[in-house]
Amino acid sequence: MKDFLRDFAESRVAILALLVVLIVVSAAVLAPWVAPQDPYDLAGLELADARRAPGFVGSGGYAHWLGTDAQGRDLFSAILHGLRISLLMGLAAGAIAMAMGALLGILAAHLGGWVEAAIMRVVDLQLSFPAILLALVLVAVLGQGKTQLVIALVAAQYAYFARTAYGAATAERQKDYLEAARSTPLPGWRVVLRHLLPNCLPPLIVVGTVQVANAIALEATLSFLGLGLPPTEPSLGMLIANGFPYMMSGRTWMSVYPGVALIILIVSINIVGDQLRDQFNPRLRR
Amino acid sequence: MSALLQVRDLRTQFMTRAGVLKAVDGISFDLARGEILGLVGESGSGKSVAGFSLLGLVDPPGRIVGGSIRFDGQELIGMAQNNLRRLRGKRIAMIFQDPAATLNPMLTIGQQMMLAVQAHGGGGNAAARVLAGGSLARVGIPDAIARLDAYPHEFSGGMRQRVAIAIALLHEPDLIIADEPTTALDVSIQAQILAEMKALARESGTALIWISHDLATVAALADRVMVMYAGRIVEAGPVGQVLREPWHPYTRGLLDSLPAMAEPGQRLAQIPGTTPSLLSLPPGCPFAPRCAHADVACNTEPPVVEQAGRLARCHHPLGIAA
Amino acid sequence: MLGYIIQRMLQAALVMLAMSALVFTGVYAIGNPIDVLISPDATQDIRAATIRAYGLDQPLWVQYLAFLGRLLTGDFGRSFVFNIPVLELVLARLPATLELALASVLIGAFIGIPLGIYAGYRPDSPASRGIMAVSVLGFSMPTFWVGLILILTFAVHLGWLPAGNRGETARLLGVEWSFLTLNGLQHLVLPALNLSLFKLAMMIRLARAGTREVMLSDTVKFARAAGLSEWTILRRHVLRLISIPLVTVFGLEFGSTLAFAVVTETIFSWPGVGKLIIDSITSLDRPVMVGYLVLVAFVFVTINLIVDLSYAVLDPRLRRRGRAA
Repeated sequence: MKDFLRDFAESRVAILALLVVLIVVSAAVLAPWVAPQDPYDLAGLELADARRAPGFVGSGGYAHWLGTDAQGRDLFSAILHGLRISLLMGLAAGAIAMAMGALLGILAAHLGGWVEAAIMRVVDLQLSFPAILLALVLVAVLGQGKTQLVIALVAAQYAYFARTAYGAATAERQKDYLEAARSTPLPGWRVVLRHLLPNCLPPLIVVGTVQVANAIALEATLSFLGLGLPPTEPSLGMLIANGFPYMMSGRTWMSVYPGVALIILIVSINIVGDQLRDQFNPRLRR
Repeated sequence: MSALLQVRDLRTQFMTRAGVLKAVDGISFDLARGEILGLVGESGSGKSVAGFSLLGLVDPPGRIVGGSIRFDGQELIGMAQNNLRRLRGKRIAMIFQDPAATLNPMLTIGQQMMLAVQAHGGGGNAAARVLAGGSLARVGIPDAIARLDAYPHEFSGGMRQRVAIAIALLHEPDLIIADEPTTALDVSIQAQILAEMKALARESGTALIWISHDLATVAALADRVMVMYAGRIVEAGPVGQVLREPWHPYTRGLLDSLPAMAEPGQRLAQIPGTTPSLLSLPPGCPFAPRCAHADVACNTEPPVVEQAGRLARCHHPLGIAA
Repeated sequence: MLGYIIQRMLQAALVMLAMSALVFTGVYAIGNPIDVLISPDATQDIRAATIRAYGLDQPLWVQYLAFLGRLLTGDFGRSFVFNIPVLELVLARLPATLELALASVLIGAFIGIPLGIYAGYRPDSPASRGIMAVSVLGFSMPTFWVGLILILTFAVHLGWLPAGNRGETARLLGVEWSFLTLNGLQHLVLPALNLSLFKLAMMIRLARAGTREVMLSDTVKFARAAGLSEWTILRRHVLRLISIPLVTVFGLEFGSTLAFAVVTETIFSWPGVGKLIIDSITSLDRPVMVGYLVLVAFVFVTINLIVDLSYAVLDPRLRRRGRAA
């Protein structure tokens, strides 16, 4: 474990990215206490404050660091809350997709036979189908809302986890010690739990990190297209979409700041995920 | 006539995360024209890296850090890449262990051979093809010209290695370095290729450095043998003498552990212990921990004992009054 | 080889069948099937008539067969919004999407692959590190954000390129293409760049990973030992050896490109198939949704088939079988 941390620390970029992720996560978690305004409280919004440039001191008596949006919301607060939602959705979808996918993949590898063939065929098919289309279709069929969105995100992503878990579990199964374990009177699920699962964890964590970033990006995209969360709970994607029409007239802050926040989050998670992947790949280690 | 190859104190090291790995730790030897030299050692002894170092083919994080390699009077270490490239394939050629890995599965044999021919200005396509076909025929591949259009996967392992040998012979090099070329092959094919290589080398006057972990093959093939351990040469000399009366305990151990040397019903002899990690070599003689004859003196750097064309790096060489 | 082709084609047909069943289930079994055929604000009489006409009172499997039959003749119904046959609508919009997708694929391939090979050849050079850093960005930034930035920079601030819409078109082979006019090209640049970024990043990373691995392989060592120049090695050996994983991803990513075209077309108001699906989802134009899904599935399957077949061309080991030496 110490080696692992030391190796990770070798890349300064990765350390920086990890720090950024931690800062953003804490900001998001603490949003209700840190943000000067509750952007969901429609009663507290003053239209007179709408569309104001950064630095404007509004009717609330405080400076809007990042300006306000078309409804008079303090952009800084909206971004914080938006980050919160994005993170929540991304993590929830990622966690569920990981659990589901890992279970399927390990089952397929462990049970073999037609179960394996059936599961992996479906997984392969789904992998070749772009996530965004799948999500689009599901949202179209199921309607909008938080639960539906999570379902759509999970459906779009579990296949990656399934394939990763399957690959790792299959490789592990072929090792001799498992042959030995199979010949002892150990119940199957025990073999799975104590042997297969721990070996699948490293690649799953790598995939998981990247997939959380993907889930966040996917949710933002869907929200941007108007198919994500309802407008009463604006996620970053929706904020960007709302600000888009104002871009041409030079009022760029309404789209750009939420966008920058989103990018910072996604890119840092990806960098951390990249570093983890390099670390777990023995061939590239010098 | 001066030696074809003169190596002095060659050192190749790998800078790894865990530390500096001294793969080749100061080897020196001469090679005469047309001589067949066997380089023997277990895995991890540095023999393959030594072979790569001669051609400047050590991949990072490894590099040659010191010493001199003089080939036909030219110093190879520090030579410009372009000049080195001109030597490679033309005057010094190399054969690797696994022909399935060295031949590109997506190109035909002919295409790969022509690339090798034309790397040294071998004329137009037609002339290159003739040259390639001739070389293939020389290594005993039937219907050579037709086989030029075949892909590597259409050949058996032994045949593939012959193709690799054919490529090495294309420009009639002065020296061929063969890195365990028969290890990946069936035993019966091994013997064949061995004999053929010896004949080819003799007939064309090509010098051969045969790297192997198998003393038996070297015995059949080489004029002289060098034994490597932990990056150094621990014994060298004419093959017959070294194998009959080894001076270094390691060589003795290697010989004793050959299955051919065992009596039926006897346990196979083994050198106790394992090869040391090149990252943490003990001070003094690296073989001492496994040597039955080791004593306090062996904690210091062993001297090189030379006599009548043979040498051994040992405090207590066998067969010589210590 | 022939067996391989036939096998792949059969698989493709099977997948299409499965897709049609899925779409059918999604629309007819889950949703209210009548909503696919007629607008929600039709009268009771029309509803009843349609139910009878389309056999919606029949058992499910009969309906499925009828559905299949309709698909095979190209009858996807009529769009609620535009009131023209869906097939006609989709085909009218298709060229716009196709040229966008193709342009972005070309950018991804002809810029991405060479950059990636260079980054793999000299992995520690500053240029390499720069390329990789940029590729991380290209990979992680959502397409809509990149589009936003592109518009902001090139259209709003610099005013060099138009911010949206397709340019003028010219006719080729009976179809209107916009890349044939200068104005059209101007309008094509930003959206194509936007769409290509993800693919570009992916191609760079893949080419780099493949090249790095190949450069350390025995094949390259052997080629070097034979005296081949580095350039020849890159050109004749490396390129061939990385071609299979590249083509695989290429093919898969083409489908993804079509998918992300949805986002790009929305941002740049590009009148293609992607914008059509978004509009039809928000306006609940169900026949168009069905048509789009089946079409996309068909394109997917075809692309996968082409990728599979191209393996046979690229990898000689798949071609002839059993010629022992």
